[in-house]
Amino acid sequence: MRRNIFYLIIFVNQLILGQEYFPTNSGVKTEEDTYKAITNVTIHSNSNQITESNSILIHKGKIIQIGKNIPIPKNARIYNMESLHIYPSFIELHTDFGIKKPKRIQSSGRSAEYSPKRKGYYWNDHILSDYNSIKDYNYNKDMAAKMRKIGFGVVNSHRKNGIHRGTSVLIALNDFANDGERILSDNKAEHFSFSKSVTSSQSYPGSIMGSMALIRQLYHDANWYKQGENINKDISIESILDNIKLPKIFDAGDKLNVLRAGKISSEMGLNFIIKGSGNEYQNIDEIKALGNELIIPLNFPDPYDVSDPLLTKKIELSQMLYWNQAPSNPSLLEKSKIIFALTASDLKNQDNFLKNLRKAVKYGLSEKTALEALTIIPAKILKMENKIGVLKKGAYANFIVTSGSIFDDKTKIFENWVNGHAHVISDRKKIDIDGKYQISIGVENYDLEIKNSTSSIQVNVKLDSIKLNSKANYRDGWLHMTLFDKSQKNFARLSSKIDSEKFILSSGVDFDGENFDSVLKPVKSDSKENEKKNKVKKENIREVLKLRYPNNAYGFEKIPKPENVLYKNVTLWTNEKEGIIENTDLLVKNGKINLIGKDLNIENVKIIDGTGKHLTSGIIDEHSHIAASSINEGGQNSSAEVTIEDVIDPDDINIYRNLSGGVTTIQILHGSANPIGGRSAIIKLKWGSSIEEMLYPNSKPFIKFALGENVKQSNWGSFSRFPQTRMGVEQLYIDYFQRAREYGQRWTNYNNLDRKTKSRTPKPRYDIEMEILWEILQGKRYISCHSYVQSEINMLMKVAEKFDFRIRTFTHILEGYKVADKMKIHGVGGSTFSDWWAYKFEVNDAIPYNGAIMHNAGVTVAYNSDSAEMSRRLNQEAAKAIKYGGVSEEEAWKFVTLNPAKLLGIDDKVGSIKVGKIADLVLWSGHPMSIYSQVEKTMIEGAFYYEADLLPAKIKQIEDERKKLILQMLNEKNMGSNTTNFKQRRKTEFHCETIDY
Amino acid sequence: MKKIFFLTFILIISQLASQQTPASLTEESILFIGATAHIGNGNIIENSAIGIRNGKITEVSTKNLAEGTYDQTVDISDKHIYPGFIAVNTSLGLVEIDAVRASNDVDEIGDMLPHIRSIIAYNAESKIVESMRPNGVLVAQVTPRGGFISGKSSIVQLDAWNWEDAVIRYDDGIHLNWPNPYSRGRWWLGESPDLKVNKKYQENISKIEDFFQNAMARSVNNKSKNLPYYSLNEAIKKNKNIFLHANDEKQIVDGIVFLKNIGIKNIVLVGGRGLKSQLKMIKSNNIPVVLSHPHRLPTAEDEDLKLPYKLASLLINEGVLVTIDVQGSMERMNTRNLPFYAGSFSAYGVEKEKAVEMITLNAAKILGIDDMMGSLEEGKDATLFISQGDALDMMTNKISRAFVQGREISLESHQTELWRRYSEKYSK
Repeated sequence: MRRNIFYLIIFVNQLILGQEYFPTNSGVKTEEDTYKAITNVTIHSNSNQITESNSILIHKGKIIQIGKNIPIPKNARIYNMESLHIYPSFIELHTDFGIKKPKRIQSSGRSAEYSPKRKGYYWNDHILSDYNSIKDYNYNKDMAAKMRKIGFGVVNSHRKNGIHRGTSVLIALNDFANDGERILSDNKAEHFSFSKSVTSSQSYPGSIMGSMALIRQLYHDANWYKQGENINKDISIESILDNIKLPKIFDAGDKLNVLRAGKISSEMGLNFIIKGSGNEYQNIDEIKALGNELIIPLNFPDPYDVSDPLLTKKIELSQMLYWNQAPSNPSLLEKSKIIFALTASDLKNQDNFLKNLRKAVKYGLSEKTALEALTIIPAKILKMENKIGVLKKGAYANFIVTSGSIFDDKTKIFENWVNGHAHVISDRKKIDIDGKYQISIGVENYDLEIKNSTSSIQVNVKLDSIKLNSKANYRDGWLHMTLFDKSQKNFARLSSKIDSEKFILSSGVDFDGENFDSVLKPVKSDSKENEKKNKVKKENIREVLKLRYPNNAYGFEKIPKPENVLYKNVTLWTNEKEGIIENTDLLVKNGKINLIGKDLNIENVKIIDGTGKHLTSGIIDEHSHIAASSINEGGQNSSAEVTIEDVIDPDDINIYRNLSGGVTTIQILHGSANPIGGRSAIIKLKWGSSIEEMLYPNSKPFIKFALGENVKQSNWGSFSRFPQTRMGVEQLYIDYFQRAREYGQRWTNYNNLDRKTKSRTPKPRYDIEMEILWEILQGKRYISCHSYVQSEINMLMKVAEKFDFRIRTFTHILEGYKVADKMKIHGVGGSTFSDWWAYKFEVNDAIPYNGAIMHNAGVTVAYNSDSAEMSRRLNQEAAKAIKYGGVSEEEAWKFVTLNPAKLLGIDDKVGSIKVGKIADLVLWSGHPMSIYSQVEKTMIEGAFYYEADLLPAKIKQIEDERKKLILQMLNEKNMGSNTTNFKQRRKTEFHCETIDY
Repeated sequence: MKKIFFLTFILIISQLASQQTPASLTEESILFIGATAHIGNGNIIENSAIGIRNGKITEVSTKNLAEGTYDQTVDISDKHIYPGFIAVNTSLGLVEIDAVRASNDVDEIGDMLPHIRSIIAYNAESKIVESMRPNGVLVAQVTPRGGFISGKSSIVQLDAWNWEDAVIRYDDGIHLNWPNPYSRGRWWLGESPDLKVNKKYQENISKIEDFFQNAMARSVNNKSKNLPYYSLNEAIKKNKNIFLHANDEKQIVDGIVFLKNIGIKNIVLVGGRGLKSQLKMIKSNNIPVVLSHPHRLPTAEDEDLKLPYKLASLLINEGVLVTIDVQGSMERMNTRNLPFYAGSFSAYGVEKEKAVEMITLNAAKILGIDDMMGSLEEGKDATLFISQGDALDMMTNKISRAFVQGREISLESHQTELWRRYSEKYSK
């Protein structure tokens, strides 16, 4: 395969360099070597600097001179472009122009496929780094015409298939040449995405976090391969090493994916150019901080059709806000000084590109940046800034000829020159014949009005002010018309040659079928009407609504700040030896608990009367799946290489809903699709903040393990992945830990070498998965293990003991009560459900007394949710420990606060109320475990993130904003805008078993 | 010695494998005095006297005014006495373990199944059923699921040898699942998973309309050739409840209008999550509501995040008869949380005794069994329980004794047995 490409490359090069020696048998041998001189034109540079009465001299497709008063050779063909404008033509970075669409293969059999199909390549079929898009390239004239029509001259085209998609071709959209001239490069850039290829059904990766881990590992492997220590040949990696200097373009999409691509980019030093989706303004500070160049599509959403009020209720505020704000995205990127190129690639109808470009300018984007984003920026990204995207000596003669400023609604593109060849888009010599005329046919005088003659002509014909049907057609200097008489049955035809606005004799056939000659006589229109005509309907610029944090319903206008607060006269649940203290005061200062005591008098603080109310530490949910874009990487039986920290979704409404139930900290666990799952994220629910600010600083890292029916894939149709029994699960762990131990030894040995020997010794292969497992063996990472029945719980403890470490937490652990004594000895905690059971065979012996029995046996017990719904009322779940098994109120409350904090290793900071600890506090209307109590205020680090009394105002604001936006959409519909039908974004509520797709 | 060991072994095994033995009628008459009696009709009697004899409630008064003579007088001062809670629209006894297909009998194939009867599949010995009772849930409507017409429900008490023994009312109503006006694309075929208008909505309504009209056009006793039509027709002519399962606002309106127009008298709305803007319509049509329980997420991102908790009080303030629908994820095992659903509604605006009424008398009224249960009133069945404290609150819902039709039932279960067994193991 690579050899074929090699020959192709040679062949292509020959076309370009060697036409001179190509034999000709179709006539005499000719060469196109005309000098072309464009004169008197207004030139817009790539930064929209305008200079008038310029000339450009073109020879053999390139600009050889440009400027005022340049000498024009006598033998040059002159193109006088007085009153016309020239711009460098646009460059499209992200298209699959001319590339055959990959064929989706149907997976065979009922089990997932875990192995790659290709051998001699990387172990994952979705890494197609060896693929070169030229393999499936075929110049597409129709598509080229469409692209030229909206101003593009050169396109960087790749096949949109795979995580590493291989390399692109750079094509000049020149219809007058063959591929030898058109292909400017056949190996221009590497392309990436998070999506698997459709040409393989290998199941890994099955999630975005899996894709991220795969890309990281790929580059670690490439670095190791470089050393020549490999046994296998790996053509994919060799391609990566060959192409290491090429620009790397990442098709990310949504803003969160932009951040994710940026994260890999900086970690692996890959300098991705990241293609977004148009909502980057929502996380602009973080995107700015990445420092990556972006490619931004100009596809602004149409307003929703809001004519059906019931349907309209289903459209979310966030969807409407996006519609409202999207046109300002480019201008906000510009304000943040983010470097970006624009692309037409995501537009459903590419004809809207110029309209959207102008719209972006109306919503604040400067013309200079707009033009740069289409010319010099993409040129620089492709490292071609001397050849394309510019008008200067030596560059390709690629430019568009327009009637005026490209940002003016009325401006037309006349010609798009590619490699010195003029491609006509609309005839610039076409004469404007708009106006009123009279013509006599037979005895009657007909009134004609011609409109839009230079684009799609319209003619109105009247006889004695009665409108008659007519058809007209104006091209190549001829106006052809058909007129019907009043009966609609008879028609007359006439043709007029038009030259410099003078109608040369019209000849035609009249209503009776007789030939006639006549002339269209212009009628002078009064000036008032002219004025009216020139008054162009101004496009309505809508009021752009303010960004919220996050940009959803219940988003904040300003992110809450820590306050100094004095809670007065509360019942305080300390979770410390002081127990529950009544009628006490608590001072929060600088985000921490500063003082506890009775009748405190402190000035300059916010005072909250807590009479009759209870103040507790915030609820901590050990097992949550909210606020994540994916949960399971089930494509392999071990996925230690993935981490939920990669896929946090800070905009999930469930964060706010959790706050309303008093939750302040959660562990977002990987799902239970495989025995060794992914790493977790422990976050504070600081609604509106960035991912970085939500993540717990310096907390001990965790990984999810899982046992039982889910990892055996008992309850769905998969029969090919090891293990299928609990027996296999044990051996899998032993195998992985054994290998991790050897891996660690290898690195320890290497790191212990003296410097001299080290420099001569190849580095061991870096394996993310093994690194993580090694961390576990060293006690640097904790395990939270999904578990149900006693046999497997016992087994994992034994495996851990064999490898000399301890399991930190068994989560779910519904049969923990059967082995509570063993758990106590091992030192593992239990994070369980209060009363779930009977949903599968392995929870048949699950009992609601589980928590109480484990607690009584001395195990640290927490109650978790595993559910976006239940997490909002974990206080009620704690109360069930009182009902089932008689745990004391004070201890039951710790099940959802201090105990999970202990299990997560964060009890030095949160989980109880003590001077010096972080002020993550919840104020309850009554007893915190009473079903009748509600959360009044939830504070994190001294800032209020939820306040029940502000809720009515928030809801009102949501309603008001919806009303405003619906009105705006109705207005735009009435102004003639297209509308889009109702649809509501799908959102997945994740549980342990949710598999991504 | 060996023999004794063997016998003990057999005893333990048999005890673990089987369920609680249904109780026989308590022969002695009992007067419970001193408790706070939650009557079930919204009222409360402090320091009450509740007498039971031969399976019926024979006296409801205060301690000082008690008149009858009883074999036993039991002082339960500081405790609370409630009528048994009634769970409506459950699938109790129809599935034992969700993930085990063989244990699943809840959803027959086919769209129009008015002839299907839940009662014959009801597993009176289900381990899940017995776990209801320690929380005060003593009566349930057992309902099939799936299709447009999923079949007939029946009402059972939860301490029985078999379904015949359990039944309180056979085939109490027909369950109609209103079609969904919206649909999602099949993502596994590359379609967009976004929610869109369901193009088949009107077509599905027409199917239902045809089915109802065809069935109703028949004479009542015509069983021949078409069992489904016969079954639906019979239920309608006998004025049985038609339970309209509908959550979306459009479904609610379309469904009610449809049933009204074809002349259905007893319509009960089940679910009703989107009813907030249709309160007046529901009231004016006099439609009782089996309201979706509050332990669920709001239906949309923009929705008032407390709305699921607030709906009951909105309906009650409007004067609508409301009980609680337990349907949802893990609905069978969670049916024991019925009292806490009522408690949660109470936290958001429903007065406490009204919350009790929702799951007692209101449920009985909607199911048409209020002549025999649903409240502590003379002449009604002695289906009641005693709780240490407020039974709607987890902390105090601790039930010491419970009676079903005068039989004092076991409050043990598979779960309590395991609890005792392992507590004992560790206490040694």
